Amino acid sequence: MPAPSTPFAFRKHLGWCLLLLGALWSAAAHALSPEDAWALAEGDNATRIEALNRLALSDSQRAHELIRALAREAVQVQGQQVLIVDNGRWIDAATGAAVDGTGAVAVMLNNRMRNALEQTLAVLDLFDPDPARQQAAAQRLRESQLTRPDPALAAQIERALLPPYGQRLVAPARLALEQAQAVVWLGSADATQRLAAAQVLAELAQPLVRNRLAEQLELEADPAVQQALRDAVASIDRTLALAEVVRQVFTGLSLGSILLLVALGLAITYGLLGVINMAHGELIMIGAYATFMVHVLFQQFLPGWFDWYLLAALPVAFLAAALVGALMERGVIRWLYGRPLETLLATWGISLILIQLVRSTFGAQNVAVVSPQWMSGGVEVMSGLTLPWNRIFIIAFAAAVVIGVALFIGRTRMGLFVRGVTQNRPMAACMGVNTARVDTLAFAFGSGIAGLAGVAVSQIGNVAPDLGQQYIIDSFMVVVLGGVGQLAGTVYAAMGLGVVNKFIEGWAGAVLAKIAVLVLIILIIQKRPQGLFALKGRTA
Amino acid sequence: MTDITRSDLYSLTVPSKPLFGRAGWSAFLSAALVVCVVVPVLNLWVPEGHALHLSDFMVGLLGKILTYAICALAIGMIWGQAGILSLGHGLFFALGGYVMGMYLMRQIGADGVYGSALPDFMVFLGWTEFPWFWALSHSFVATLLLVVLVPGGLAFLFGYLAFRSRITGVYFSIITQALTLAAMLLFFRNETGFGGNNGFTDFRRILGFPLASEEMRVILFAVSGITLLSFVLLARWLLLSKFGRVLHAIRDAESRVMFCGYNPLHYKLSIWVISAAMCGVAGALYVPQVGIINPSEMSPANSIEMAIWAAVGGRTSLIGPIVGAFAVNGAKSVLTVSFPEFWLFFLGALFIVVTLFMPNGLSGLVKQTWNRFRGVRA
Amino acid sequence: MTPDLLDAGTKRMQESQARAQAVGGSGGRATGYAHPLQARVVDISHGRILYLEDVTVSFDGFRALNKLNLDIAPGELRCIIGPNGAGKTTLMDVITGKTRPDSGTVFFGSTIDLLRHNESEIASLGIGRKFQKPTVFEQLTVFENLELSLACHKGVWASMRFQLKPEQRDRLAQVLHTIELGAQCHAFAGSLSHGQKQWLEIGMLLMQEPKLLLLDEPVAGMTDAETERTAELLMQLKQHHSLIVVEHDMGFVRSICSKVTVLCEGALLAEGTLDEVQADERVIEVYLGR
Repeated sequence: MPAPSTPFAFRKHLGWCLLLLGALWSAAAHALSPEDAWALAEGDNATRIEALNRLALSDSQRAHELIRALAREAVQVQGQQVLIVDNGRWIDAATGAAVDGTGAVAVMLNNRMRNALEQTLAVLDLFDPDPARQQAAAQRLRESQLTRPDPALAAQIERALLPPYGQRLVAPARLALEQAQAVVWLGSADATQRLAAAQVLAELAQPLVRNRLAEQLELEADPAVQQALRDAVASIDRTLALAEVVRQVFTGLSLGSILLLVALGLAITYGLLGVINMAHGELIMIGAYATFMVHVLFQQFLPGWFDWYLLAALPVAFLAAALVGALMERGVIRWLYGRPLETLLATWGISLILIQLVRSTFGAQNVAVVSPQWMSGGVEVMSGLTLPWNRIFIIAFAAAVVIGVALFIGRTRMGLFVRGVTQNRPMAACMGVNTARVDTLAFAFGSGIAGLAGVAVSQIGNVAPDLGQQYIIDSFMVVVLGGVGQLAGTVYAAMGLGVVNKFIEGWAGAVLAKIAVLVLIILIIQKRPQGLFALKGRTA
Repeated sequence: MTDITRSDLYSLTVPSKPLFGRAGWSAFLSAALVVCVVVPVLNLWVPEGHALHLSDFMVGLLGKILTYAICALAIGMIWGQAGILSLGHGLFFALGGYVMGMYLMRQIGADGVYGSALPDFMVFLGWTEFPWFWALSHSFVATLLLVVLVPGGLAFLFGYLAFRSRITGVYFSIITQALTLAAMLLFFRNETGFGGNNGFTDFRRILGFPLASEEMRVILFAVSGITLLSFVLLARWLLLSKFGRVLHAIRDAESRVMFCGYNPLHYKLSIWVISAAMCGVAGALYVPQVGIINPSEMSPANSIEMAIWAAVGGRTSLIGPIVGAFAVNGAKSVLTVSFPEFWLFFLGALFIVVTLFMPNGLSGLVKQTWNRFRGVRA
Repeated sequence: MTPDLLDAGTKRMQESQARAQAVGGSGGRATGYAHPLQARVVDISHGRILYLEDVTVSFDGFRALNKLNLDIAPGELRCIIGPNGAGKTTLMDVITGKTRPDSGTVFFGSTIDLLRHNESEIASLGIGRKFQKPTVFEQLTVFENLELSLACHKGVWASMRFQLKPEQRDRLAQVLHTIELGAQCHAFAGSLSHGQKQWLEIGMLLMQEPKLLLLDEPVAGMTDAETERTAELLMQLKQHHSLIVVEHDMGFVRSICSKVTVLCEGALLAEGTLDEVQADERVIEVYLGR
């Protein structure tokens, strides 16, 4: 309060003081009275719920705190005092003063009270300063009205939409509240209200809403409202259908990106070296386990940086798998060049050894790999369609890897050597290229890609020693279908297989889809045995 | 240039090989003797506790390995002789097993848990009658025919499609893996009508005779052995004929063979179907001895193991694969009991060692040392 | 009616029948359309055993054969020459069914469309080929190689039951004598020298008894003596077979061929005797460069 400078100014300022005092007093009048607190804590259901509704919409902070405490069952009663208990300390609900409440008795809550509290908490959250929480609260209220319309809650929502409360709502929350209101208005006697409800709800593309609208259409007598309802249902159907298609295409692309990652390394080693590596799945598994190790390290020693462990896992997984691949090539595969069938069997033996090694070291059960925070959740692109972040990142990651591989093979010197050795080994050797070293490096590169695939796979599935077995046949099918010699073939084949698989899965189930895809591939290569995208050349 | 007279022209010695030489026939007959006489005597007549007694467990194990040996022989024929590596022959083995299993399930009759004519798993699923493909499973003769026809028919269809498109080499092997995986997934479903992931088990009798008796076990063993020996005869006959030589030519230079007028499709398809039928018969002999058949018999890993039996023993020789089957499965039974964790390491190392250092398997090794021995002598 | 008149009449009738048979059907060329179509029998009544029209083959944009026209008469020995990349081997691939042309027709005789058959059928129909690189079955013996090429029924069941008949044995011995590999009869084909493998392949071709032989550089890598022997053999074969020989050795070509075809960049450049062709301006340009 400013200090009075002159007796005349003091009279003017006094007015302000009185007004302020009055405001403070009225604020105090809006604070929680002990009677209100008692009404909320004890008494029959009707009084309690009435008090609840009244206090929810009031401004009083104390009232809100009491309601929240009641919801988490932290309210006790001592004599005529209502106490909030927190960590062994009691405070008076009305005054906020600390009190000793050793003899206090817990307040009873029955199911009806609990339901009412739940709804009220949502209403409280409506006035939370954080817009995201406001929106979430409004949506919760809307969902609850859709599933179990409650006239009391409807009244509260109506009140919340009116000023002065309405102005405090952000736009999305307001929209959700209006939709919640519309749900109730659908059944109202007033035709204008029903019409308005139909128009508002046309924007909300959810199956539940569509069902309600369809139900109402059956009972509706007013032709204008009937038309509005029909339009609303049609609009929602269109949106839902579109959302379904988008969802299927997305899951197909997501599966395709996984297939692409796991098959890319195999396509490189087979296309460039003519070696089908049956241990390719195990290289993926090694990448996944490398990610697990990095994840554990970060958990233990760098918990603050945990969200970045994936970035560190990428080079580790690449190098681990590349190292194992190089060892395989040097130790076993180089002695079997020109004998592809024996290479199949030898690499199968290596895969058995790798699986058993990992099983003996880490155990046969799944190990838990926790995704970082920024990968969880999703983005809502359309009404009712949320695309998960981890899948989006994997699609982007697969694209990045493909671009990287293309650049490496097409633009670098080592890539040139690899291409030269593949196309004409004796000539490349005559030109001074160390073909043995190029083979090892190319094989290690392909294996490293498998390791990167393992990083991706660890984020969306279980990590166990037999992880590789799940992906190996799919990788083979992508390579067989896509043909060798071109990176593009692998990309198209992987994406195509992913999308087709998901579409068939939509109406036949996962198992039959997989079988159908395998049979389809067998039939497709009848027509083109060298794969869909192989280069046609003169086979001398 | 010397003057060739007409008599020289016609003194061309044509090599004619009998089915077996003297040594071969004696080996064959001794094997037949062991299977039909020695083992039954050692099991049934020699009392337990005696050093020479062959336990029931051993008879069962040997019988099982005999069926595996038939599969190995089949793989040796298509891989060693015709150059086609199939990594999905376990499918045909399992199909033959399932056909026999269907018959045996029918034979359980009302002795099952639910006491109904339908097998337990069907009652559990709520079915009230047999699906159409169970129609012939009550007849033993029909079962015997189907044991050959079902795997053979599938092999014919698949082989025709694959060989017609000239799919060879690793692509073919991978596709056979995909085929067996697809079949395994199909059979794991309960709705397919083959017992789902539990498969068929709990058999009681065959042809009216109880399955669990000692005599039946020995009889099944002997039948398996005789089947194996008959298949050896069949294989030998095929390989000594011009058919076998054409197969070798196809294995070595398929495109050249076409220019001689032979259609490789027909030859490859016939040996493929024959080998599939052999595996089917082996599966049908396997199931009553082991007492269970489930979709994991069709797993891709099982088929790859069959290939290694043939490789270990020597895939180009006739009995090499049989030796390989006995060697590897013998090692497996020993190791999985004493050092279970070590078995997979051993198997994996076996794959690597055999392909790197023993491309002709054990029989190749034996032949090498025998030649070296003879070379030193001469 | 005296016996001499009867005899003379019978003789005249037989001669006219023989003449009718010689020209085929009821009169010869112009009436060739009247006889029935017999499957798998090569119909040479129109005087052509091989007929290619407008055959085009391209590999990924590169034209190996460009509207090629060619016809071979029965009993002819045609030599095909041309610079590298002219399409000579591709031509043989098309005839034997190894490569399918993008457009054009290929007829064997006047009735057999070769484009409708695969390699083994074409070989059974009577077209034999000897490759540029000697491809024999290295893991089989010389004897088995020849036995494999024997002209007989090539089906699966026939092969299982196959027993070498005496006349087949004799034929095999004869061919062995011709190719002079009698001593190596039971040696593995892989152990033969390059020249011996060439001869073995020729032997296999002889065993097949084809009506049309395609020989791709038959004397490449042979000594003069062997080249002469090959020339003799080919002249012998010419009597009852038709041959197409692709060669670079002009001396060899001169010794065997009457008619020569020059291919260049997949199309026919010139045709005629070797002298005519060697004098042709365009041929000189192509061989010696501009």
